Amino acid sequence: MESKIRHYSDMLKNREITCTELTEKFLSGIDTSNKDLNAYVTVTADTAIEAAKKVDEKLSRGEELSLLEGIPMTLKDNISTKGIETTCCSKILEGYKPIYNATVWEALQAQGAVLLGKTNMDEFAMGSSSETSYFGGAANPHNINHVAGGSSGGVASAVGGNIAVYGLGSDTGGSIRQPVSFCGIVGLKPTYGAVSRFGLIAYASSFDQIGPITTTVEDSAIVYDAISGYDKMDSTSQGRKGAPTVDTLKNDIKGMKIGIAREYLEGVRDEVRACIEKACEVYKSLGAEIVYFNLPALKYALPVYYILACAEASSNLGRYDGIRYGYRTDAYKDVNEMICKTRSEGFGDEVKRRIMLGTYVLSAGYYDAYYKKAQNLRGSIVNAFKNAFKTCDVILAPTVPMTAFEKGNAISDPIETYLTDICTVPVNIAGLPGVSIPCGFGENGLPIGMQLIGNTFCESTILNAAWQYENAVGSEVFKSSEYGIKL
Amino acid sequence: MKYEMVAGFETHIELATNTKIFCSCTTQFGGDPNTHCCPICIGLPGTLPKLNKQVIKYAIMAGLATNCEIANISKMDRKNYCYPDLPKAYQISQYDKPLCEHGYVQLSSGKKIRLTRIHIEEDAGKLIHKRGDTYVDYNRGGVPLIEIVSEPDIRSVEEAKEYVEKLQQIMRFIGISDCKMQEGSMRCDVNISVRPEGSDKLGTRTEIKNMNSITFIGRAMEYEFQRQVDLIESGGQVEQQTLRYDDATNTTSSMRGKEDANDYRYFRDPDLVTISVTDEEIDELRKQIPELLFQKAERYVQQFGMNEKDAANISKYRRIAEFFEEASEGVKTPKNVSNFIIGQIFRRLETEDDKEKFDISITAQQLRELVKLIDDGKVKNNLAKSTLEKMLDTGKSVTEFITESDMAGMDEGMLAELCKKAVEANPKAVSDYKAGKVKALKSMVGFVMKESRGKADASAAEAKILELIG
Repeated sequence: MESKIRHYSDMLKNREITCTELTEKFLSGIDTSNKDLNAYVTVTADTAIEAAKKVDEKLSRGEELSLLEGIPMTLKDNISTKGIETTCCSKILEGYKPIYNATVWEALQAQGAVLLGKTNMDEFAMGSSSETSYFGGAANPHNINHVAGGSSGGVASAVGGNIAVYGLGSDTGGSIRQPVSFCGIVGLKPTYGAVSRFGLIAYASSFDQIGPITTTVEDSAIVYDAISGYDKMDSTSQGRKGAPTVDTLKNDIKGMKIGIAREYLEGVRDEVRACIEKACEVYKSLGAEIVYFNLPALKYALPVYYILACAEASSNLGRYDGIRYGYRTDAYKDVNEMICKTRSEGFGDEVKRRIMLGTYVLSAGYYDAYYKKAQNLRGSIVNAFKNAFKTCDVILAPTVPMTAFEKGNAISDPIETYLTDICTVPVNIAGLPGVSIPCGFGENGLPIGMQLIGNTFCESTILNAAWQYENAVGSEVFKSSEYGIKL
Repeated sequence: MKYEMVAGFETHIELATNTKIFCSCTTQFGGDPNTHCCPICIGLPGTLPKLNKQVIKYAIMAGLATNCEIANISKMDRKNYCYPDLPKAYQISQYDKPLCEHGYVQLSSGKKIRLTRIHIEEDAGKLIHKRGDTYVDYNRGGVPLIEIVSEPDIRSVEEAKEYVEKLQQIMRFIGISDCKMQEGSMRCDVNISVRPEGSDKLGTRTEIKNMNSITFIGRAMEYEFQRQVDLIESGGQVEQQTLRYDDATNTTSSMRGKEDANDYRYFRDPDLVTISVTDEEIDELRKQIPELLFQKAERYVQQFGMNEKDAANISKYRRIAEFFEEASEGVKTPKNVSNFIIGQIFRRLETEDDKEKFDISITAQQLRELVKLIDDGKVKNNLAKSTLEKMLDTGKSVTEFITESDMAGMDEGMLAELCKKAVEANPKAVSDYKAGKVKALKSMVGFVMKESRGKADASAAEAKILELIG
């Protein structure tokens, strides 16, 4: 598949289109398509045109453009953008305009990125359908009666719906990989610490990572290379290790060992399993070796994730008290009532559920039974993966056990919805990199995704394996939706 | 029945770093509300803390100066509670792996008050109540603190006061805090209980929060001790609770009881990495710790023959001790140096604060020059004293006030001459002395001293006058 970023960049460089025209086209695409997709919650048309004009001036002066310069893109609404509303799609952050930029946005802005707007998400990234958003859910560009997934559903819907060339999402338990799987596109969750979290509004700090959402693997590598790096503002950041991932993207994968953990295939729909098996055949034809193994620790992944992530969330979300920024209730007797009413009115049900769950597992008398035990099990899962990477180079697994659900279905049964995260959360627990790419379609015509999981800081390896697959299967599997701008 | 007081302290000390613990805002006291703030210390969404390395160094120095073991590995935890002055709704602190443990502070009696631990944490902001509204000032939010927790080893108000003073002196001495209780850079929570004398069981304790003066600590402890004794004597029971001390009425009152004690839901802060300190780094910091005041005081007694009180007075303030040591270098009589400091110089430094700052106009070298002249017999004590006053007034050196001829001293003949003059000029004094008024002799000696502009040796003059008037 041709890199979309290179495609548009070449158009700009070859003067086939000005950056202002390109940006206007995407803005008008948003005008038409966003009614259906509800991908954007804020459109920053003025600043986008302003940024585009600067690129055009540069072009008119005959200056060279960097690869990402002038490319229209979007950011999930939990990535802080100075002066631009950043709400996490929560009522409690209504009207909140950060006074500083997230490190990733600083980096992209420095490279001339054109921000079209901020995209929809589950409130505070808690959800699997984007429907917990205060602004309503984002729709799947392949079938708008279905959800785009979540929590980065807005970015996936915008990129899959061709109303942004690429976007940045965040992945705490699958929030990049799950929606891209639903929307038939590419999403990379980098190794924990590869990309700075500074400016990413925290859900669960030890799991959160920002990563690219794109339509092609090469774009994923280009954007990952641009945003990864050590940041002194984030103590947990380590930066990218090794050469840019685009350098090794097209390497031969003959002899690469691709591992299948049997546990990953338990409980997934037959059509999903069939797609994975087909992908194995593709890899074999490319000269890779398929190795099967067991990863019994995976059965603890879901409870470990929900205990630890909720515990961290309960603490991270304590700051929304209506005192300094965001929503504040109208009438109150004293400060306690003000905080209590603000939070009761400002947070949605899913957020409240996770705050309560997290508060409970950290409480005196329950800490040992839940939080501490979950921490210990997290260690076992980390070790289980470490061992697995002694026998294989990458692990191939389904991204989600099914295709995108119909709108409204996720909300009705939270436990059922939590279960859809079963394949994605282990990667966050172990801090590993994982890239989700399309691998077929279900009976309902909706995309099915698979993920390639690598050892820590082995983004190059998984992107290389992903590119080879993409190159082998082409646009039949990496199929574009009917929406949006195609130039 | 006789009762015994059992008390332990939790002492918060603001560290004198230039910047806050997790961001680069200034730690300066004062400033207009919310001007010493940034997105990090007001906890804006998405911000992350970055640990200031100087905080770790200072805390380790505090630990080393109080005989603690320093942990090679420690971590930061979140202490979750909701209050408007705490912008993240959690305080970043240390829970189960503090930086320093198992130390002690030795009182003058030789008794050791054991320290359980010293950990680092961030300070909160401040609420300001004005015209019925409440405002929050986050300037103090994120200022680095150490919390020093003692064992319940304190048995009296006197011990408590000495313990707090000692801590204050040590921390000032090693330069990690100004420990100004009135400005809140040192604050104490006192845990206090009573038990029948001779018992080894601990009674139920109460905690008096946020004490900011040593005097009030003493008063509050006396009050609380008596309150608990009275309660037990009258058949009641002490209830575990948190108290506030009201200095206007000298009473304590309940802030909250045990039943609404906070559950802080401590857990490791995932935004910060493990703190690891090598033995080499600890040794390096150990070298930076100056000789402590008690050690200095002991040395002054042994090395210079100073009395204990003077030695303690001089060594109590780091700058003064340094001044003293520098001024004493190479002089024969360090005692003269300490006398000048405790006498003339201290008179000009009235408050503790003045002494701590030690802002005087002369250098240690200038004082040394003066004392050396005494050593060499070139200047007599009285003249030296008055000269020092002039030096302190002007900041000028001794040579500005005492000429070569002044320093020439007096020969026997000149002294005899002056004494004769003194006797002749004061017939009344002579007759008074003969009538038994010993004081009259002094006035004649004074005459000699005045005439000689202080150059004469007073005792020699006295002997000579006695000789003359037989």
